[in-house]
Parts: sequence; C-alpha cells; structure tokens
Amino acid sequence: MSTRREFLKFSVAASGGLLIGFHSLGASTLALAQEPANVFMPNAFVRIGTDERVTVIVNHSEMGQGVYTSLPMLLAEELDADWSKVGFESAPVDPKYNHPAFGMQITGGSSSVWSGLEQFRQAGAAARALLVAAAARRWNTDPASCRTESGAVFNGDGSNRKLTYGQLVVEATKLTPPGQVQLKDPKTFKLIGKPMKRLDTAVKLDGKAVFGLDVKLPGMLTAVVARPQIFGAKVKSFDDSRARSLPGVIKIAQVPSGIAVIADTFWQAKVARDALRVEWDEGAMRGFSTAQMMQSFRERAKTPGVSVRKEGDAPAALANAAKKIEAVYEVPYLSHLMMEPLNCVVDLRQDSCEVWTGSQFQTVDRANAAKTARLPEDKVQLHTTYLGGGFGRRANPQSDFVVEAVHVATAIGAPAKVKVVWTREDDMQGGWYRPAFLHAIEGGIDATGNPVSWRSRSVGQSIMAGTPFEGMMLKGKEYDPASVEGVDDLPYSIPNMTVESHRVDVNVPVQWLRSVGHSHTAFAVECFIDELAALAQKDPYQFRRELLLKQPRYLGVLDLAAHKAGWGNPLPKGVGRGIAVHFAFGSYLAHVAEVSVTDGKIKVLRMVCAVDCGQYVNPGIISAQIEGGAIFGASAALFQELTFEGGHLQQTNFHTFPVMRMNECPEIETYIVESNEKSGGIGEPGVPCAAPAIANALFAVTGKRIRRLPIRLTEAV
Amino acid sequence: MIGFSVNGKHVDLEVDPSTPLLWVIRDHLGLSGTKYGCGMAQCGACTVHIDGEAVRSCVAPVSRATGKVVTTIEGLSSDLSHPLQRAWLDEDVPQCGYCQSGQLMSAAVLLREKPQPTDEDIDQAMSGNICRCGTYPRIRRAIHRAAGMVPKGGAR
Repeated sequence: MSTRREFLKFSVAASGGLLIGFHSLGASTLALAQEPANVFMPNAFVRIGTDERVTVIVNHSEMGQGVYTSLPMLLAEELDADWSKVGFESAPVDPKYNHPAFGMQITGGSSSVWSGLEQFRQAGAAARALLVAAAARRWNTDPASCRTESGAVFNGDGSNRKLTYGQLVVEATKLTPPGQVQLKDPKTFKLIGKPMKRLDTAVKLDGKAVFGLDVKLPGMLTAVVARPQIFGAKVKSFDDSRARSLPGVIKIAQVPSGIAVIADTFWQAKVARDALRVEWDEGAMRGFSTAQMMQSFRERAKTPGVSVRKEGDAPAALANAAKKIEAVYEVPYLSHLMMEPLNCVVDLRQDSCEVWTGSQFQTVDRANAAKTARLPEDKVQLHTTYLGGGFGRRANPQSDFVVEAVHVATAIGAPAKVKVVWTREDDMQGGWYRPAFLHAIEGGIDATGNPVSWRSRSVGQSIMAGTPFEGMMLKGKEYDPASVEGVDDLPYSIPNMTVESHRVDVNVPVQWLRSVGHSHTAFAVECFIDELAALAQKDPYQFRRELLLKQPRYLGVLDLAAHKAGWGNPLPKGVGRGIAVHFAFGSYLAHVAEVSVTDGKIKVLRMVCAVDCGQYVNPGIISAQIEGGAIFGASAALFQELTFEGGHLQQTNFHTFPVMRMNECPEIETYIVESNEKSGGIGEPGVPCAAPAIANALFAVTGKRIRRLPIRLTEAV
Repeated sequence: MIGFSVNGKHVDLEVDPSTPLLWVIRDHLGLSGTKYGCGMAQCGACTVHIDGEAVRSCVAPVSRATGKVVTTIEGLSSDLSHPLQRAWLDEDVPQCGYCQSGQLMSAAVLLREKPQPTDEDIDQAMSGNICRCGTYPRIRRAIHRAAGMVPKGGAR
C-alpha cells in the first residue's frame, strides 16, 4: 500500500499532464495503469519498469537550466540505460532528496550538477549492480563476467545472451542493494560530456508542460490579492461593497499581506480587485526615495567599512603611486522578472494540505506552508511544477507566495482549493529584489604602469541576513559574503589591497538574483581594472594578462575569448571591443563584447564568451546557459532599474522595466575549455561579465566611462 | 453567448464579452498552453491566431473572436509535426519554456508570410515576444532551419 501511495505521489508531482489526467481519470484508473509490482525502485532516484522505462527522480527544480536532462544523464551513464527510454519526474519533499551540500531541498547557487554528480552516478551504478546480479543469478554465472549496454545485461560466456532491464525488474526487486559500487572511468563515458538533447523540449512546444499557473483542480477558485504599494504599509480599512457585487466573486477577505479577492476565474477576481477601495496606513517607508538612498550610500563610502581583505598597505602605496584614479560604480534594485509571474495552488483540507507551485526551495516552502496551516509537516505535500523562470525569486526565505496562498485558503476555510495569481504588476512591486549597490574604488600604478594599490568599499543591503543561510554564511563575520563575492577574491597581482564592506539596512526586501553579488561586483571590478589599464596606457587585454600570470584558469578563458573575438583586429568606425573576466560559482568566464554607437544609440553586435567550468556534463546546455546569461546580464546593463519615489515603485511592467528583445540581441558565441578540474556551476556564471564587457567596449568607442547601470551615454564621464 | 472556433472545434460560451480572450482560452476552455506574461501586449507570451493573424490575446476581448477561427499552440499541429516544432526540437530551443508557445505562434505567421525570412524579417516579426531565458539565438536558428523544411506553398 505504501508503495502505491508513493507511486501516486510521484505521478502527481511529475508533470502536469499526469496531474490533470490524475484528477480527470480518477486515482483508480491511474493506479491500474502500472502495477507497483512491475516497478524496480532500488533507491530514491530511479525507477525501472517492465516496460523498460527508466524514470529518474530529480531533486532539483527545472527552471530552464536543464536539470531534467543533465541529472538523468548522470544516472543513465552509470546505469548504462538506453537513453531513448529515460524520463524524469520531480521529487516530492523528503530529506532523502536534500541537497548534499546545503542540507535541504533547494535549487540555487548554480550547484545542481556538481552537487548531484556523486548522488546520481552512485544511484545509477547501484541500480546497475542489482540488475547485473539478477541476470547472473538467472544464468548461474559470475556477475563480474557480465557486461551492460543500452538497457540490457549481456552474458560474458561468449553466447552473447542478453536480458533487458525490464525483463529483470521482478528479480532485481528481491535483491539487497550493494554497499559499495564502482563508478565508471570517465574515459568510458557515453553520455556525460555529450550534447544530449533536452528531455523536456517536446512538452514545451505543444502547451503540455504544466507550470504552476496551469495547475487546475476540480472546484478550484482563483484569488488575486490587493497588496500595499509601499513596503510595510498596513490595511487601515477597505470598502468591498462594489467588488462583492461583481459576477463570480465568492469572497473578499483580509489576509496578512493585504485583501484577497476570491472568484471563480482569474479575470473576475482581477476586475473585482480593481473595484476594491483600500485605505492604507502607509508607515515609515512613505517618503522612501532611491535617489536619496544612493546619496546616503555615497556618503557612507567616504568612511572606512568592515575589513574583508587586507594585504600590504594600500593607503601608503596609493600615496606613493605615480598615478592614481578613483571611481564610484552604482547599480540599482532589479526585479527577477520571471516570464511566469508568481502563483501558488493550495488544496487545504481539515487535516492535510497540498501545494502546487514552481518552487526552488521545497524544504523551506513546505515548512512555512505547514506552519501557516497549523499542520504537521508530514501532512503537507508540495508538488514542484515546471518553473517559468526562477532566477532566485522562487527560493524566497519567507516563502512569501506560498504562505500567502495558504492564508487565502484558510480565509476561505477548509476544504478549499484556490490558486493565487500575481499579475505582472504585483510581481514587480512585490519586493525581494537584487539590492542596489555602490562600489567606491581607488587605485594607483607605478611609473611602469603596474598597479600597486587597490582599495574598494562596497555599500549595500545584506541578502543573507534573515535567511536559513544566515548562520552558515555570516558566522563570525561582520559582513555579508554575498555583498562582496567577486571583490573579496580579486585575482589580480596587486601588492597592496584593501577590500571593505558597509552593510546598510533598508526596509526594501532583497534577495538573491541570478549570480547574486557577482551581478554587481564584476561590473565594478572589471570596469575599474579597465580604467587602470587606460591610466597605464596599456591594452586592457594585455594589462589583465600580465596581472593574471599566476592564475592559469582565469588566463585560459581570457586568452580564449580574446583569440576567438579577434582581439586587436581593426573594427569599423563607431564600433569598439571590451573585455571582462570573472570567477563565480566554481567557473571561470571571459567575455569580449563588440558594441556600436550610432547617433547616440547603443547596439551590442557580438559577444564572445569563453567558459571553464571544469569537467562538464552537457555542452549543449552549457552553451544555452552562457548565451542566456549574457542576454540576462546585457538586459540589466542596458535597460533595467527599479526606482522609488515617495515610497512608490516607479516601474510596473515590461514597458518600464525592459528585457532585451530579438532585434537587440547580439550574435553570441560560446567556447568551452576542456578541463579535468572539479565541476563548477553554469546557470549563473554567464551573467556577471556582460555588463563590464559592454561598458568597456563603450569606452573604446566613446572614450568615456560608464559608472552606473543601466548604461546611459549621457552620464558617461 | 459568444461563438467561435478553437483549434477546429466550435465553442459557444456564456461569458462577459469584455473578458480578454487569453483568460477565456485558459479558464473557460481549459487550454493552458497559451501563457499570461504581462496583460498589456508587451511580452507576446499570450500570442494566438485569429483568422490566421497573430494576436496578443491578453488585450483582445473575447468578443473580437466572435464567428472567427482561433488557433492556439495546442492547434499548431496534433503531433509536433509543424516545421517550427521540428526545428525547435532540433535546435533544443526552450529553456524554461514559458514563452515558447507565443514564440512559435508568432513565428508561424512569419513563416507563412515569408517562407524564407531574412534576419531582418525575423527581427521584425519576433521582437514582440520576450524570452527572459535568452533563447533568441536559437529561435533565430530554428526559424531559418524550419524555413528549409517548408514545402512549396508555405507553412500553415
């Protein structure tokens, strides 16, 4: 019975097609479709059926980065599965699916592949060992004499007899899993390292992929919530007399985050919300202005911060430098802006609760849902759907969009099935942004043009404070490492170096956004290195080279990008090249951008990207992530900022917070360094170099420096 | 009562005529392949065809579809056989996949109008569709690839 329950849970969690099928067909029909006895599930990560299907249970969320392909590849490699029979399902919430490094179920930190390497390969190898043992027993032969290939065990007695995995399911189920298994020699890999096609493409081409917003339960209502326009504002009073009379409206109720309007359909709920009159107690943030905040950051940067790194005597070296320069770089708040706005479905019953959403943070989301529903955690199940983009927003430390949906369900009263939908405007105004940051840097060079001094001060909010990672990340430190990552490990040989951090507390909720601290530190650092190169009258590529001679992996990507981009080759008038190199999430990236300026209009023409992510799994997915990362970074560099005036966010939707479009997209080339080093991340490292490479290319064209994002040529100095 | 055809099937609906077609398709007809992204014709995730023209269904009142032929991503082909779907598979285009229904529906009109589109044609036809994952280079390649598959007479 427990096996069947487990199976049903997996099926429901798996893909929306099944989810909808489950509810329309009824549980009994689905259960009959595959008898649990016909399934071999040697561990939490794989299930093999008598129909030869190999289903890999993936403990990371698919938000575009390819985990539903790369993690099954790891398992299938060791299993010697027939790749055409391999599928996937999303894991339920269970400690056995915890992230091996973070100790909870989470998708983040560009860590799915490197943290899953051992986990998924072991699971595949263990399953293979049992199938081999089952075959050897059938043949009465030594398992060591058998070999496996493409979903079958072959007898090594010269007869070439074979048994497919499906034929071995029943016997393998009766065997005890081995303690120790031998993993393959990488030289024999058939899948790992190959550009295998993604397993989740077909369902994304005919509307079958089910995202959180697409989940539909029988009798489900839809809610939208009127939330405060100013952070920290509270409902003073509300008048719902007109809203209540509108068609389809079921209930209007106050919840901790605002006023929930619950109706039969989304549009009815949205129209009724527009008819609601809410008076807010605006609170302390009513006068908040980002212009004023940045001014206070500038003042703060004039004072010494908490020491992060100190080598030599930077002030003394600066005083004695032949030439010196200082620059202040500023970046704004940013919205994650996933294409699929936030949403969450809750099925609340008297003694249990089910949640469907595109979560990156299953352990935390379930715990918070349980707490809100006043239920034990084991009575709450969370089903991870496809994520229409995540970029960190769907790993919210307070589970804001999940907790709110449980509150709405509670307001309806169990039993209740409700989907809370955020409009694009709700999503953008809902907070949890990439924090605004300021980096003030000063440096000096000696008479030969070598840098002798570096002092940087970073000013901004901490994103780790108040999260489950606070203890791990901030322990014993007076600064947030996520504020200075990318400056604290500056690789350039500069003998005197000081890195300082100022933590500023602002009542704007902030959170990790794709590439986190690196999204702003790389801009400041790589632009300032370029400024030092110009001060030394040296070529910016050669200048970096000389300072990275002891850093072979930085040098490797730098040289590769410069070579492939044809660094030094003449360019048409009005076109310039810029270069940047950075290390983040275990991987090294270099970008060369070619940018033109025509009548004051910027166009990014070409981006050449070189990546060293150590041993890699799927080069096709890596290229996609590097291309996407470059576009994500370029969008922020060219177009994006969130600003506040009088406490109100000034941006609402794509027209005021633009994303790069097809006609603006450069040609992008990606080159991957062959490496035997430890695997690094790939989802985020493609972002940081885009902004500095573009800004440095603009300097090559205009002779003026970009010190603030988004780039405005009128502000260049 | 509003009547129109969706993916070859006639439907009659009792619905407020000002309701955006997007939400009628999603909530009343249960076709969830057409996506909500912005609600103001900025992102193209909701693109469907009305009488063969690409329309942002998030701002088109359902009344606009009266008596017309509506095609959604579910009706582009019954078996992923449309040249664009095949090219999207070959080029491994989608990442998160959320915008791809709209991308395909916009590209389908482009390919019908211009069976051999230039890069400029692609810029013009596809710039109304945002992809936050940044799949544009692959979309461009896939459209060119699909153009090579289109038999005489053009794509649907």
